[in-house]
Amino acid sequence: MSTGNSDWRFRWRTATDRLATGLAVLATAVVVAPLVAIFIYLVYKGARSLNVAFFTQLPKPPGEVGGGMANAMLGSAILLALASVIGVPIGIGGGIFLAEFGRGTKLANAIRFTADVLNGVPSIVMGVAVYALIIKPKIPWLPFTGHFSAFSGGVALGIMMIPTVCRTTEEMLLMVPHSIREAALGLGAPNWKSVLSITVRTASPGIITGCMLAFARVAGETAPLIFTAFGNAFWSTNLQRPIAALPLQIYIYALSPYDDWRRQAWAGSLVLIVLIVLAVSLVRYVASRGVLKGAS
Amino acid sequence: MGRGNSAVADRGFQWLMVLCALSIFGIVVLIVTELILRSQLSWHAFGFKFFFSSFVDPDTKQTVYWDPVNGHFSALPFIYGTLVSSFLALLLAVPLAVGVAVFLTEMCPRGLRGPLAFLSELLAAIPSVIYGLWAMYVLVPILREHINPLLSQFLGWTGLFANENPTGLGFVAAGIILAVMILPIISSLTREVMSAVPNSQREAALALGATRWEMIRMGVLRNARIGIVGAIILGLGRALGETMAVTMVIGNSPEIHRSLLSNGTSMSAVIANEYAEAVSDLHLSALTEIGLALFILTIIVNALARLLVWVVTRGAPAQVLH
Repeated sequence: MSTGNSDWRFRWRTATDRLATGLAVLATAVVVAPLVAIFIYLVYKGARSLNVAFFTQLPKPPGEVGGGMANAMLGSAILLALASVIGVPIGIGGGIFLAEFGRGTKLANAIRFTADVLNGVPSIVMGVAVYALIIKPKIPWLPFTGHFSAFSGGVALGIMMIPTVCRTTEEMLLMVPHSIREAALGLGAPNWKSVLSITVRTASPGIITGCMLAFARVAGETAPLIFTAFGNAFWSTNLQRPIAALPLQIYIYALSPYDDWRRQAWAGSLVLIVLIVLAVSLVRYVASRGVLKGAS
Repeated sequence: MGRGNSAVADRGFQWLMVLCALSIFGIVVLIVTELILRSQLSWHAFGFKFFFSSFVDPDTKQTVYWDPVNGHFSALPFIYGTLVSSFLALLLAVPLAVGVAVFLTEMCPRGLRGPLAFLSELLAAIPSVIYGLWAMYVLVPILREHINPLLSQFLGWTGLFANENPTGLGFVAAGIILAVMILPIISSLTREVMSAVPNSQREAALALGATRWEMIRMGVLRNARIGIVGAIILGLGRALGETMAVTMVIGNSPEIHRSLLSNGTSMSAVIANEYAEAVSDLHLSALTEIGLALFILTIIVNALARLLVWVVTRGAPAQVLH
């Protein structure tokens, strides 16, 4: 009786174990399969739609076949450059403060928390805030106010880069051993020089990783651009005027009723995803062979 | 260079860095004040009723929530849509994400771990608009042709899956694509929390004769549960604010239906659709107020999640939360 009972229990436990294992494997398969499917479908549709015109021409008027997204690619490049100019220095500066000057102080804790809050702000809300800040007020003597502009789009993306850059910079700087700082100061280097050319330089692979991650994240952002950069069907490099952006163009074309525009939306997606995958892979490469591991 | 010179440079450098750090503070304060200032008009016109009122159209006698032309503004259908689509996404994503995390930390052969981790990193990097594009042209047709008819046939009696919508768009489509988008973040954080459980817990369970599943259940999941809840809430925060993919598949009609297969809308979707083309100052102000509500909602959710994850990964005892 007792052996029979324990035998039954043993079989029950083995069966539960197998069932749980099976479910975990199944869950992984259910997750991986559609994701791989998304990728393959994207590459298939995108590659069939890519041609030289896509990279060199302006969009055609609605309904006409042909044309490309050349101006949107240029626009994205300008927006991202502007975003990096705003986001990277402020982010790195904030990270240096958190790691080198403010360690353990209340101010540093408050700023760290604020950066996390900023990181959690939905991108669409960031767009609303920038609209309210730059585009809604019409101040004659202040440039860039009162209308949609490339500048406001760049500001929105730049602000979104700050928290990521700041927190990774801090984490990387914290990993630099104290002996290096002491050696620099011991040789009589002023503090600013020790920080910039010794500590920051030692941590630079990790900091670059953080910047690239932030860059890859904002490169695909669409929501904050809808009512800041606004989009533009023509060539534009003027920061005062609306400008086209690749993700924005994908969104507009995806919702359009024209087959050719939808085709171009797939092509644009492939270009965008290749850029982002390149950035992420580069990050992994740098992080794996860099001085400091454990980035990202 | 004299000593005094470098002291001045040091002081200047330090102040510059403090300024950078303070600007982060300033940005958040600026966002909050701008959102509050620009939503004043709507706040004075509707007050708290903005979040739960409805209007009756004098001509058709139907309930109207959002009619910019006639000046009717209520955030109710948007809040409803955001909550329904986000919780639907959690319902789909959480079991799968925990399953993936269990597989990756406890069962996965070493060789498979790297590629799978890389894949999930890649997925987290795909822009929202591309998920939306895929959902529009692959997921929605599948739902329309195959899944939605089945759902309404077998579950139609609950009222949740009444199929009156021939487009395939709606809460189900939005929930599924949101689930796909928040899966990587939930599963990678769950994995992190599970890896933080000390191996001695696993060894103790195994030494007592537990099977692998019993070891995972009693030794790992029980210890990691608070962190897993944190990961889920962080995923929820992501889903609440997600814009592009939702806008493209949720159907964008400001109504409240019981059926999950009907068209809906969300807080982020209405902002994306109408902000650039607002018909009046009141309309713009109402949209800004929805943005403010979304901001507050995501901050609360994110703060809660960070606290939970922090409590676990710092190795602090779980009782701290009491």
